[in-house]
Amino acid sequence: MAAVTAPRLYLTPTRHMRKFTTTALVTLLGLLVLLIFLMPLGYMSVTAVKNLQQIQDPNSQLLPASPVTFTYEGKELLLLNVPLPDGATRQLALYRKGREESDFIDPANPAAGPIHWVGRWRVLDPVYQFDPILSNFPNAWNAIKFGLLFRNTFIIAITGTIGTLLSSVAVAYGFSRFRIPGINAIFLVLMATIILPAEVTLIPTYIFFRLIGWGGTWWPLIIPHFFANAYNVFLLRQYFKGISRELDEAAMMDGASPLQILVSVIIPQSWPALTAVSMFHFFWAWNDFFRPLVYLQGKEELYPISVGLTQFSNIYQMQPHLAMAAAAMAIALPVAIFFLAQRVFMQGIVITGLEK
Amino acid sequence: MAAITQPASPADAFPVRRALSPLLRREINWGLLFLSPWIVGFLVFTIIPMAVSLVMSFTTYNPIHPSETRFIGLANYARLFGDPQLLRAVGVTLRFALISVPLSIILPLGLALLVNSERLFARNIFRTLFYMPYMIPAVAGVMVWGGILNSESGWLNTIIRWVLGVPGPRWFQDEGWVLPALTIMGFWGVGNTMLTMLAGLQNVPTELYEAARVDGAGPLRSFFNITVPMISPVIFYNLTLSLIGAFQSFTAAYIIGNGRGDPNGATLFYNIYLYKTAFAFLDMGYGSTLAWAMFLAVLLLTIFLFQTQNRWVYYAGGND
Repeated sequence: MAAVTAPRLYLTPTRHMRKFTTTALVTLLGLLVLLIFLMPLGYMSVTAVKNLQQIQDPNSQLLPASPVTFTYEGKELLLLNVPLPDGATRQLALYRKGREESDFIDPANPAAGPIHWVGRWRVLDPVYQFDPILSNFPNAWNAIKFGLLFRNTFIIAITGTIGTLLSSVAVAYGFSRFRIPGINAIFLVLMATIILPAEVTLIPTYIFFRLIGWGGTWWPLIIPHFFANAYNVFLLRQYFKGISRELDEAAMMDGASPLQILVSVIIPQSWPALTAVSMFHFFWAWNDFFRPLVYLQGKEELYPISVGLTQFSNIYQMQPHLAMAAAAMAIALPVAIFFLAQRVFMQGIVITGLEK
Repeated sequence: MAAITQPASPADAFPVRRALSPLLRREINWGLLFLSPWIVGFLVFTIIPMAVSLVMSFTTYNPIHPSETRFIGLANYARLFGDPQLLRAVGVTLRFALISVPLSIILPLGLALLVNSERLFARNIFRTLFYMPYMIPAVAGVMVWGGILNSESGWLNTIIRWVLGVPGPRWFQDEGWVLPALTIMGFWGVGNTMLTMLAGLQNVPTELYEAARVDGAGPLRSFFNITVPMISPVIFYNLTLSLIGAFQSFTAAYIIGNGRGDPNGATLFYNIYLYKTAFAFLDMGYGSTLAWAMFLAVLLLTIFLFQTQNRWVYYAGGND
């Protein structure tokens, strides 16, 4: 190819052009899809900073905006875009409303007195100004007792995360480093629990927790996580198996016990996997709806965000601005954590999803 | 991702010795000690509850009057077949699975192809943003989508009116539209599937595409004859999870249907019916029967899927 100079000179720019065009087209397509995909977040953001009037405004504005008024002789006058006979459009304040003709005041020169205008003022467009209602956030926060919901969710999520980390690390270590007869069969049983529908154990577990007096407490939402679960064990086991055994063997020669090896050799090399597991659990607990619904029935002061938010959305169906402000606050923390740690997180998903 | 692909563990290569040396004995004990949290949890939270739930499914257990519990043999199971509410719930669940499962494979696959394209500028940003809604708590997601799909003020119907010139459907009030509405809401959860599909796409050897191009195959042919077979294990994995997930739908339908299956039973999913039976009417005997019926259905479905695997799933390491 290099020998033929002329065609190359001719080809290269076109190929570049074509490459550039396809890149532009594909990226444009991607942006379009992304725009549709994230549209609900846009809706949430703009609705969360509107008030009810702005939402129900017949000339509904996309962004939170309110009609502008001008105070004249102690009265609030509506500012309208008025087309004048000379062809210019000016922003004038409606002073005297008439059916076919009205009087306006020029805000720039109110001393000049009313300006007479012939035409129907109702067809004129009001002047809007950007007017976000940030007070929706504190209002929603107080109405839903968000502080309490946050606190509850945090306690449930963090204790559960500690539990699942401790237990899943131990179990995954057991599965990855010890020659136990039948270990592969045991591992298959563990993996089979993934497809076991939770319903089939739900009712007896519920009765059991009530019998031991844990109905209406957080314990049923926390304690089971201290007994490991298949997803986390699988992820950690895959990771531990990838860690070279040379270091553990060296430590063993030095007389370290398996527990010491786990703590001083395996765990220090597994931070990415441990972070992924912690985040998975944290998000899962943040999101869990069914269990708190069942176990905390009627105990409003113990509700986590998921259940508290549902109640709120039932009560505030008629007040979408408050509902969206509440949703935005519930979304903010998980999304922020996700963006901060997305690399570790997305790797974890790929391990659990692919290496099955 | 590459950092975490594992070589086969050396542990598998150890020969199992007949007589257990004290050293191995000690190793087994330590290993069992580490496994013990899961073994205990498996017994307490899986095996025993499953057994109890099976026994309960033959009784009339109601936690308000536990002393009146009677053993009624298969009567609860017979009741399954004459229960009009259950028939309705099964119908809703199957219809939802039929609408949402194919889309829950096709859409993430499409997105994965898009964010895998070398022609996409800033691919990593796209990947992160497409994944992000998966992190949004389901309840908040449902609230937001509830606004978008609102038949009067929602943006979706505004767009439909604007582009097609017809009024959009009444998503949550119309029995025929509420399942599609729930499917649309589910689109926010495609990020996870997209990522696994993407990892699958990245594992397809590029030589295959080059060979196909030399043989004159177009992009469409290489997609169906190379990409799809090569990523079929990932598709299979996601199909299984997505089917099981569709059978177990609860949260979105519970919120949209006000916990009652509104409008008019159109969102009375199997799990909502189970929840109502066991925790609202406290008919826990029949509730357990419903749970076991669900378990058996999911089990049979999974076995069936694994059976079909040999026909269409291609494992590069050989099917076993």
